[in-house]
Amino acid sequence: MQNAIHIQDISKAFKKKQVIKPLSLQIERESIYGLLGPSGCGKTTLIKMIVGMMKCDAGEITVLGKRVPDASLLAEIGYMAQSDALYTELTGRQNLEFFAKLYGMSKSEQKMRIEYAAEIVQLSNDLDVSVFAYSGGMKRRLSLAIALIQNPKILILDEPTVGIDPLLKQSVWKELERLKKEEQKTILITTHVMDEAERCDQIGMLREGQIIASGTPVELKTQYNAITFDEVFLKIGGGF
Amino acid sequence: MRMFALIKRITQQLRKDKRTLALLFVAPLLVLTLMYFIFDSEPSDLKLVVTGSNPMINEVLEQSDFELMQKEKYSKDQMAEEAVDAWLQIENGEMQLTLLNDQPQRAKSVQIMLAQSMNGTDAKQSIAADFVYGDKNTNSFDIFSPMLIGFFVFFFVFLIAGIALLKERTTGTLERLLATPIKRHEIVSGYLLGYGLFALIQTVIVVLYAINVLDIVLVGSIWLVLLTNILVAFVALSLGTLLSSFASSEFQMVQFIPLVIVPQIFFTGIFPLDGMADWLLQIGKVMPLYYASAALNGVMYKGFEFHDIAIDLLVLFIFAIIFITLNIVSLKKYRSF
Repeated sequence: MQNAIHIQDISKAFKKKQVIKPLSLQIERESIYGLLGPSGCGKTTLIKMIVGMMKCDAGEITVLGKRVPDASLLAEIGYMAQSDALYTELTGRQNLEFFAKLYGMSKSEQKMRIEYAAEIVQLSNDLDVSVFAYSGGMKRRLSLAIALIQNPKILILDEPTVGIDPLLKQSVWKELERLKKEEQKTILITTHVMDEAERCDQIGMLREGQIIASGTPVELKTQYNAITFDEVFLKIGGGF
Repeated sequence: MRMFALIKRITQQLRKDKRTLALLFVAPLLVLTLMYFIFDSEPSDLKLVVTGSNPMINEVLEQSDFELMQKEKYSKDQMAEEAVDAWLQIENGEMQLTLLNDQPQRAKSVQIMLAQSMNGTDAKQSIAADFVYGDKNTNSFDIFSPMLIGFFVFFFVFLIAGIALLKERTTGTLERLLATPIKRHEIVSGYLLGYGLFALIQTVIVVLYAINVLDIVLVGSIWLVLLTNILVAFVALSLGTLLSSFASSEFQMVQFIPLVIVPQIFFTGIFPLDGMADWLLQIGKVMPLYYASAALNGVMYKGFEFHDIAIDLLVLFIFAIIFITLNIVSLKKYRSF
């Protein structure tokens, strides 16, 4: 089966600083791919190029068989950036409605999707409160709900679990796994939390714009003869 | 002393913020220089047209400082067209004075100079005056207020829209917006119409208040005033959102006031434009408020019709189109297509 995301020899530089060195990467359909790496390693740049917000200097990115950038892909990708990016004056529902409208949903579709997305992130009871009054974790959850609103085939989540409590983190991960299995979603997630890495199907370790190691969690651990992921990191390159 | 820690920190922060420093030190010089040249401008000579003749009066006027013209026939329309300050009709020994009164100070100067010239002659009689614009009760505020209305619309719309888009940039919502299938021109037009609606309400309130409560003169059509102000709002909106991409905080947005807003005030006509050096006037011609003021003053005080202000409106329209296009292009920074 064709890969959901296919990246071939892309590179990117900002003002002579090489942020992404020639890099290739394949992400299978219906899998969770974890992009690991320290801050400043180029994770966000890579993600922005996949979404099409940023152009790569060289190389080629294909998402769902279409070459990026392609406007029609935007509806297929649910994107959640590192910042919460919410309109704090509005209520949670108004935020969701706004984005639902941008995806051109009908009134009834909007209602259904908003209920569904709010249910997943457990915000159903707080939808009519201004985001201004939300806690950090609630904002993160709402942000995730927005990424799910248009029922995209691909979810790209930039550090989705930063700042939310362990219990909720568990439920977010359960939901991601369910989305993959039952709704055939492909999920690309960035993180620097090691216990999250273990739950991914595939892992790519990014460092200074290069994938320095990749494989399944088990493969990586065997390859580097390590028991925990922290150990893998340390063995690859002396810690972050 | 902990105070010194604070002083040091502030110094360090400001030294990093080159733009704020430049503004702090350079912007006052810029505004001062502009003011220097504007206040340095000599008012131009008062123009007086005389029809009919009376040798004695002619002789007196020759010696005055008027820029004098003898005509066979003259009319109010010609006065307005040629920007002649006063017209003295002499018929059968009777004198009739008509004042343009586009600027009350100039009309008063004409009357004072005439009275001084006639002093000590036989014609020392008070001359009845007629007015092309306004009447003898016209005060400076009647002239300023149309410009002020345009100015406030420009100022507030510029700041509010600029800061709103800036907030979208800094909170990341703009990026998220651009990750949806929305087109760049849809964002810009959404902003224009969304904030344009509020600018329209503001304009209506300001204009109605000025006319009905403050009793400011409105000779022309209120619809033309609204039309002009809507165009002003669009220019301010598109310029504000455009410049917001060069600001990284609300503070830096506010810094545009002395650079973008204040210089425009000088060219609205609050300070007389006719005595200005030519090069200074050319600077005024790249400022949207110059055209807005001309149109608003024309409609409200002089009773201009649409065709009289069409050129001004067209220029404002072109300004808006240019800024809107630049806005759409500048969004490319956030999405490559």
